[in-house]
Amino acid sequence: MYAQLVETGAKRVKSLDEMSPEERAFQEKIDAEVKIEPKNWMPEGYRKTLVRQISQHAHSEVVGMLPEGNWVTRAPTLKRKLQLMAKIQDEAGHGLYLYSAMETLGADRDEEIEKLHQGKAKYSSIFNYPTLNWADMGAVGWLVDGAAIVNQVVLQRTSYGPYSRAMIRICKEESFHQRQGYQILLDMMREGTEEQKQMVQDAINRLWWPALMMFGPHDDESPNSQQSMAWKIKRKSNDELRQMFIDQTVPQLEYLGCTAPDPDLKWNEETGHYDFGEINWQEFYDVLKGNGPCNRERIKTRKNAIDEGAWVREAAVAYAKKQKQRAEAA
Amino acid sequence: MAEWSLYEVFVRSKHGLNHKHVGSVHASDAEMAMENARDLYTRRNEGVSIWVVPSDAITASASDEKEVLFDPSEDKVYRHASFYKLPDEVGHM
Repeated sequence: MYAQLVETGAKRVKSLDEMSPEERAFQEKIDAEVKIEPKNWMPEGYRKTLVRQISQHAHSEVVGMLPEGNWVTRAPTLKRKLQLMAKIQDEAGHGLYLYSAMETLGADRDEEIEKLHQGKAKYSSIFNYPTLNWADMGAVGWLVDGAAIVNQVVLQRTSYGPYSRAMIRICKEESFHQRQGYQILLDMMREGTEEQKQMVQDAINRLWWPALMMFGPHDDESPNSQQSMAWKIKRKSNDELRQMFIDQTVPQLEYLGCTAPDPDLKWNEETGHYDFGEINWQEFYDVLKGNGPCNRERIKTRKNAIDEGAWVREAAVAYAKKQKQRAEAA
Repeated sequence: MAEWSLYEVFVRSKHGLNHKHVGSVHASDAEMAMENARDLYTRRNEGVSIWVVPSDAITASASDEKEVLFDPSEDKVYRHASFYKLPDEVGHM
């Protein structure tokens, strides 16, 4: 999940009887699966929750480019370099689709990005882990994009029209990301040296748990989930999505010939799902608070990109003004 | 970026089809809007032609005006071909 712990401002979900006529009409529309569009009336809490969730999602796409950018110059072949750049460019695009969806709610892009830089806005915890070897590029594509896809496929049915449409577009492009990641790992496992195979297992060992954390806390520890589910911003709970991800990923893991760093991971014939061990939630909350291995570095890199690119944006504005003046004079 | 304008982007997916709204981009001028639109919306052969239009040049109907605007066409069933029943003998028309 690219958005975690999204505050809804609600302590509990109101019943239809407790709602104002406007709120009730809104909720009935949601219950009837009618999409909410920018100009429709909506409760302030719904609007604010969406701004938080969509901006968090957009920030995650943008910050998500950084761990991969680290490997553009070190990709082992030209083919891999081109693929990686295409994936990174997609992520910039996904960030833009999402910022646009957010702006339809009256939020300002510059302001929301400023909140990110001040540490007031979150982005997915996963991007605060370093990418240490080339196999990490494979594991990120396979596990991180894989987890994002599980979440995003469901979000295509989210109740807010512009968010839903952005998700549909993103999902179309995302499966390339996951497949290119898995193929990197597959090649290393099939044709690699013993050392390269160990790199794959090492990458999985480090990224497995953080990937599971992407779905956010357990349902009963997630007070905002209920409201988000009632508004149909979220369509499936954190635990449901995490289970879906594990069920589809373990067979792929076995095909690679690798293992997960979880002794409790095993198929449960009775439930028809995989059982798995408990996540280290302390680590999750620490990373969200800004104390993960790379939080400070990520924000610093983002700020530098904005600051060092300022002259380009200024030049573009000056050029546009000059062209306009010339056109008017002529 | 406050000085950059918002442009709406329309893409014709193949020859013979309409341009269709796909989203928006920020840009300092129309030329940059075109380049940004190309990078953002046509990375996988999604189009053969792009229009970019300053967003503030668009006048939109408000969704709560839906009834006022579209009601007049609702009770004119005689505008549809299916309103006119013909005998089977006439065949397809």
